[in-house]
Amino acid sequence: MNRVRREVAARQVMEAAPPPRVPPELYPEIVRRGERLLWRHRVAVRLMWLVLCAAAVAFTVWALTAHPWVEPPSETTPPLTGW
Amino acid sequence: MERRHLTRDARRSREFEAFVAGAGGRLLHTATLLTGESRDDNPRACRLLTLSLAHTYACWDRLRGEDPYGVARQELATRFARSVWHRYGGPGALGRGRPHPDGPLARLSPRERLVLVLRLYEGVAEEQTAALLGLPRERVEAICARATATLLDRPRETAPAVPGAKAVAR
Repeated sequence: MNRVRREVAARQVMEAAPPPRVPPELYPEIVRRGERLLWRHRVAVRLMWLVLCAAAVAFTVWALTAHPWVEPPSETTPPLTGW
Repeated sequence: MERRHLTRDARRSREFEAFVAGAGGRLLHTATLLTGESRDDNPRACRLLTLSLAHTYACWDRLRGEDPYGVARQELATRFARSVWHRYGGPGALGRGRPHPDGPLARLSPRERLVLVLRLYEGVAEEQTAALLGLPRERVEAICARATATLLDRPRETAPAVPGAKAVAR
């Protein structure tokens, strides 16, 4: 038997039985679990945004107070005295 | 904003219900073939289907035109692969969760069932199956050929009994 015919035969074995009946109590359980997953996802996304905003605010406040772009006064040159 | 949420929730539940009504039977059949259970007694397949469809429900609004059946099928396959890993790989799991002897694929190993069902029953291409399971394409081909041989050899063991018996009776 060549490969194609074997595959057709195997497919027929798997399709021999009619599809099983889906138990009616499965659907509410699916929706309940799905809603819970969705809620968790939303909470995670909200938390991520919150952390991102907090980091942005913290960085702005630090930048405004510390002025990191201003060149610090030189400390290596010896003080000029006596001329 | 609240109203938009409500209409979106209503639309999702309506669409999802139609999807489950249409594809639930076939997905449950796939899950039952994967677990190797019989058609009428398939608690593992039901649980697998519940978890996979819950995942599909949760990402329904983010599908963006993707086929929900494909998403559910992929989740089913990866979830089954992971559960097999935990079931047979972990200590103390021996002998638990053996497939029901009534299922048509009960004689195959879980990985053979997974490849056979994805390749032949679901008609997923060889490359996609390989990518989904993280195996080389040649390996998928070999597993599929071996599983097909094992599956089709079964009738040959029982079938000759009938002509043989006839010959003796004659």
